[in-house]
Amino acid sequence: MEIKDIIKEENLVYSKTKLLTDTTLTYCPGCGHGVAHRLLMEVIEEMNIREDTIGISPVGCSVFAYDFMDIDMAQAAHGRAPAVATGIKRCWPDKFVFTYQGDGDLAAIGTAETIHACNRGENFTIIFINNGIYGMTGGQMAPTTLPGMKSSTTPFGRDVSLMGNPIKITELVAQLPGTYFVSRQAVHKPANVRKAKKAIRTAFEVQQQKKGLSFVEIVSNCNSNWKMTPIQSNQWMEENMFPYYPIGDIKIEGKLIKTN
Amino acid sequence: MGELRLMKGNEAIAEAAIRAGCDAYFGYPITPQSEIIEYLAAEETHKRTGMVLLQAESEIAAINMVYGAASTGKKVMTSSSSPGISLKQEGISYIAGAELPCLIVNVVRGGPGLGTIQPSQADYFQATKGGGHGDYRLIVLAPASVQEMSDFVKLAFDLAFKYRNPAMILSDGMIGQMMEKVELFDPVPRNTEFDQSWVITGKTADRERNIITSLHLESASMEKHNQELQKKYIQMQEQEVRIEKIQCEDAEFLFVAYGSSARICQKAVDLARAEGIKTGLLRPQTLFPFPTKEIEKMAGQVKGILTVELSMGQMVEDVRLAVNGKIKVEFYGRAGGMIPTPEEVLKAMKQKIIGG
Repeated sequence: MEIKDIIKEENLVYSKTKLLTDTTLTYCPGCGHGVAHRLLMEVIEEMNIREDTIGISPVGCSVFAYDFMDIDMAQAAHGRAPAVATGIKRCWPDKFVFTYQGDGDLAAIGTAETIHACNRGENFTIIFINNGIYGMTGGQMAPTTLPGMKSSTTPFGRDVSLMGNPIKITELVAQLPGTYFVSRQAVHKPANVRKAKKAIRTAFEVQQQKKGLSFVEIVSNCNSNWKMTPIQSNQWMEENMFPYYPIGDIKIEGKLIKTN
Repeated sequence: MGELRLMKGNEAIAEAAIRAGCDAYFGYPITPQSEIIEYLAAEETHKRTGMVLLQAESEIAAINMVYGAASTGKKVMTSSSSPGISLKQEGISYIAGAELPCLIVNVVRGGPGLGTIQPSQADYFQATKGGGHGDYRLIVLAPASVQEMSDFVKLAFDLAFKYRNPAMILSDGMIGQMMEKVELFDPVPRNTEFDQSWVITGKTADRERNIITSLHLESASMEKHNQELQKKYIQMQEQEVRIEKIQCEDAEFLFVAYGSSARICQKAVDLARAEGIKTGLLRPQTLFPFPTKEIEKMAGQVKGILTVELSMGQMVEDVRLAVNGKIKVEFYGRAGGMIPTPEEVLKAMKQKIIGG
């Protein structure tokens, strides 16, 4: 049997969603962004809502998300994606709007926009990729960098007495009455990928029902700036990130189910 | 004749925005322009025309809401005063870079820093030379009456959409707060159709995806974008200059002033003429594009120019560039909310230009 005999319709078990372009990803091999992009586009394709979906890319590694996602998108100033999304959604309440943001963008420079969009209960979805470090600028400390964790601006580890504690912004926004669905997931293992996709789907369904803001954090790795192999980084993530940022739903149908 | 009303300048802006078919206003309160958002709230714009009104958590958030809404082809605006406009500069630079139409109103107060809430024209440089980072220009309109506060809202939206460029109304606390008779224009219906060639309203099967961005990582692409923007700005300079000339026909001495200063100079022209001194006033209504050619032409007629501003001298630099050394150009201004009298301005004309 030759390979051309295998490439047949009936043997097809998986194909890339049409909503991802063929542009080569600019992310480092081993990074979780690629999987998160795919899940997001799969959900939009499966819900058949591309014609009504508008995405916002942030400043950070995913600044070029619009090169990979074959949907209408706007690129936002650093941290301002929730404000940009607010402007769009208020004018087009029946459209689906999402932001895709990293930890520096969402939980440092954009904290005010994040909290106030959540507090107003804007009907859009925030996808928050938390890898505890500034990726694009070369591995500086993020608001979510763990205590003792090394970065290029904390070369001897994050000293919380000087730099404060990592912020659990997801638990914080879950406290606000404007958020309806808040979940924290990961994409490093098949089981996690499935759960993350389910959470993203729920988030978009919340938009459909106009129930309020839906927020999905994806705890991810940054093998390049953590200076590890992809496998090492995923192990390190499980051992260090997950205890501080526990995986699972935090708020469902407007009710807190976990306070972490 | 349109509906006549006695209104504050700020109220006229708000009423004009509703009538111009504005789809959304995002703002943050700051003196001396808070009447704009208050008027819109009292009008319940969502009921009257469907216009979205949102008080943002900051000026920064407000301008980025404008960026988002403008990305979808909507007619959208924000307003603020000097310190708030400074906060908006990053967003304005992005809006200019991404070529989005919108209206930004600056009811200027004195600075620098927290400054004063009194009227000023000290934001001229910021408004006309860029303001934020990068090479870009705003269309800048300078109203000198409550009537123009209303008329320029419609004009600003038209120009913003014509050029896909942010437009600014550069007013000041005096015109924002004073009450005058205003003839309101008839309401324009809100847009229901959008130029789908660039807006982001969801990718349909019949077109490629649209992307709103100001990011051009490749040097050649960034330079090309800058060159395209410059073409737009040159076209504005050729086509959109607006001025008012008052008693200029036989003038031997000229005042150049905009906004509130122009009103003071207009009175000074009358006082001078009563004394037999032939003065005139050239009032730029657009500060960008600047009436360079019109001022250059007047330099061939008059013996000297006095530029009057509520600042320590900003527009005077552009007047000097236009005159290019041909005749004497001097400056007179007050700052911090101090308002010169017509007599004071005429005295300055006599000392610095006529007698000098």
